[in-house]
Amino acid sequence: MAHGAGGKASRRLIEGLFAPLLIGSSAESLGDAAHLDFNGIKIAITTDSFVVKPLTFPGGSIGELAVNGTVNDLAVSGARAEAMAVTYVLEAGLPTPVLEAEVRAMGSAARDAGVTIAAGDTKVVEHGKADSMYITTTGIGRPIHGLKIDPRSVRAGDKILLSGPIGDHGITILLARGELDLEADLHSDTRSVLPLVAALAHEAGPGVRWMRDPTRGGVATSLNELARDCGLGIVLMEEMIPVRDAVRGACELLGLDPLHIANEGQFLAVLAPEYAAAALNALNSAPGGQDTKMIGEVREQPSGAVLVTTRYGGSRIVDMLVGDPLPRIC
Amino acid sequence: MCLAIPGQVVELYPDQPNIAVIDVVGVRRKVDLGLLQDSLPVQGDWVLIHVGFAMSKISEEDALDQMRTLRALGEAEAAMQEVQGYGLENTENLEES
Amino acid sequence: MKFVDEFREPEVISRTAAQIRRLAGPNRHYRIMEVCGGHTHAIYRFGLKDLLPSNIELIHGPGCPVCVLPMGRIDDGLAIAQDPQVIFAAFGDMMRVPGTQGSPLEHKARGIDVRIVYSPADALKLAEKNPDRHVMFFAIGFETTAPSTALTLMRAKAQGLGNFSVFCNHVTIIPAIRAILDSPDMRIDAFIGPGHVSTVIGCRPYEWIAKNESKPVAVSGFEPLDILQSIVMVLRQLKAEEARIENQYKRVVPWEGNRAALRAMAEVFELRPYFEWRGLGFISQSALRLRESYATWDAERRFVIPGVRVTDPKAAQCGEVLKGVLKPHQCKLFGNECTPEHPIGALMVSSEGSCAAYFNYEHRKTAMVTSISSVA
Repeated sequence: MAHGAGGKASRRLIEGLFAPLLIGSSAESLGDAAHLDFNGIKIAITTDSFVVKPLTFPGGSIGELAVNGTVNDLAVSGARAEAMAVTYVLEAGLPTPVLEAEVRAMGSAARDAGVTIAAGDTKVVEHGKADSMYITTTGIGRPIHGLKIDPRSVRAGDKILLSGPIGDHGITILLARGELDLEADLHSDTRSVLPLVAALAHEAGPGVRWMRDPTRGGVATSLNELARDCGLGIVLMEEMIPVRDAVRGACELLGLDPLHIANEGQFLAVLAPEYAAAALNALNSAPGGQDTKMIGEVREQPSGAVLVTTRYGGSRIVDMLVGDPLPRIC
Repeated sequence: MCLAIPGQVVELYPDQPNIAVIDVVGVRRKVDLGLLQDSLPVQGDWVLIHVGFAMSKISEEDALDQMRTLRALGEAEAAMQEVQGYGLENTENLEES
Repeated sequence: MKFVDEFREPEVISRTAAQIRRLAGPNRHYRIMEVCGGHTHAIYRFGLKDLLPSNIELIHGPGCPVCVLPMGRIDDGLAIAQDPQVIFAAFGDMMRVPGTQGSPLEHKARGIDVRIVYSPADALKLAEKNPDRHVMFFAIGFETTAPSTALTLMRAKAQGLGNFSVFCNHVTIIPAIRAILDSPDMRIDAFIGPGHVSTVIGCRPYEWIAKNESKPVAVSGFEPLDILQSIVMVLRQLKAEEARIENQYKRVVPWEGNRAALRAMAEVFELRPYFEWRGLGFISQSALRLRESYATWDAERRFVIPGVRVTDPKAAQCGEVLKGVLKPHQCKLFGNECTPEHPIGALMVSSEGSCAAYFNYEHRKTAMVTSISSVA
């Protein structure tokens, strides 16, 4: 079960089993999408699956997650999503109105994101499987001109930008499950980050080294992966990391760290220092980017790890998630 | 054993004296007041919450008092450092009571 | 957040830390134990060690109820859960703690009905909602948590709810502190007392530490300023060669404790003659069980449990780390066979366990350049 949570166990599974057998040793470090070149025709491709309980929640539903998640994976790899293929695995007995609502939501999200749903498939499995519905997507797109994403290009001194408040999606889902009896005025942040990425590319394209959308496992997991991939250290300033009050309150109550909580409408970007100010400005000026903050920088140490500092001089290492974030009482 | 958070009582139920809704920066939860039955909190009171139960009322006066003490110590400390900066010997005797 | 943010004010923290550095002086080495795992967690989370001079050593005490739970008790609880009628409900803290056949989460992956609850009251609600199932609440915690379990049991009894039981692993803090002080290889100068346990038991139960053992105690809150102020308090006492109990956490801790909470505990629980603490051995009068009058809701009486004692692997040094004799990284298994991903002992899997705290927050810092100048 821990293998699905997005952290260390997931990474082991992908790197230890899938990658060597399916992709082979020539693969570059695994990014969110692959950029392929067919004799000069450049296409980016990504695949993802969506499993969420409950299916609908404040701010969205599985259909929107599926579209935005796919568009975002392509966007942070430096590509503009053009089309998607979708597979639905449905649990027998799923009420038709529920399915219809999801298909509508997906269609609507696709229109908003400017993506064509080009192909699809459906399978029905017996009752008790598939948690009502699983959705798998494959998205294809074209590389955005001027962007070249490569963790190996990251250097000490590079700046780290975060597009907006973290933890909204994961906490919304946790509360929506109803097991913890908490209420808050929160909703998922699911959205396409493509417009923001495009704005960033336009103003600071040559300075963008790396991007990622911090979904399962949160900002901590994404940045730990970067630190590992580039062999450098990431230092974040705690007071610069945007977190909504309600997310903070829920995390304090449950003993969770917002840095480990999933987001569905945010992205991280690493910028060369001479481009950082322009990048921040471009994002802050773009619709939906007003909450973008510079949250830290890349340094030589602590190599391969992420450090969070406080204004009073304390610091702590933030590791990748092991399994799902669990509420604690101690 | 130790994760307990301050929350404010925002809703009470006349027919259920042992339950209250508390608010923590916009997050709300029903908590059990059974452990405070000797002196039930009222609307607006702050309580310490642990595993869905209110453990204790929080005294705003004591909290302010503590911050005053800490800030005063902090200022005395800052003054101390300034004095040390003047190169005076044996500053330990200057410590506040 | 009110009553939280004030006690995290950076300027005041820096100044209080400066005061500690001055008070501690260069000539003496101080060993201060924070008893409660919640304090251990806070110290690491807020990076407080970075603010202390090198001659103040913080020793992590045994106040982590997950860490001191013998593996056999987890096995017992999970044995009960094998019954398909049973719903095993526990706090999130328990979910990754390894039993000999795996942790509760691993059992869940194999189809056992394991649920996370935030409150014992939620476990009771589960029982109300599922009349054809039996909900067994795996209770852990010191005196902070025991009263809530007690109240929940009183409610279950008042309702006559038959499909609910508690597997009780509540332990008490004073015997653990006594065991630390009685241990021959210990040298502790002062204690940072468990603030939330004290909201229930008050400050009186620590008086013997000052009177008989001549050690200062500051009963402390959990915010950075609370912990730092507590260190100031004990340092001052040590320099003045005093030993008293001080209540640093006045805004929340009543000196006499919480009578209603103590009443609830006395109504429902009695002390076991002895109980095994992982790493500390058998300690008499140190743990709670349900009274005869609550037998119907006692999982240990409702169900047949294996009750097998499971000893830790010889190489694991959980006991020494629990007592503060060894630092986590000094255990031979630390970081190799024993990591948060595949923990050997509970100290590595509990969020308050000193090994987990050290691993997650600390050990890669030692290789670093220490000066952290501000970014941007």
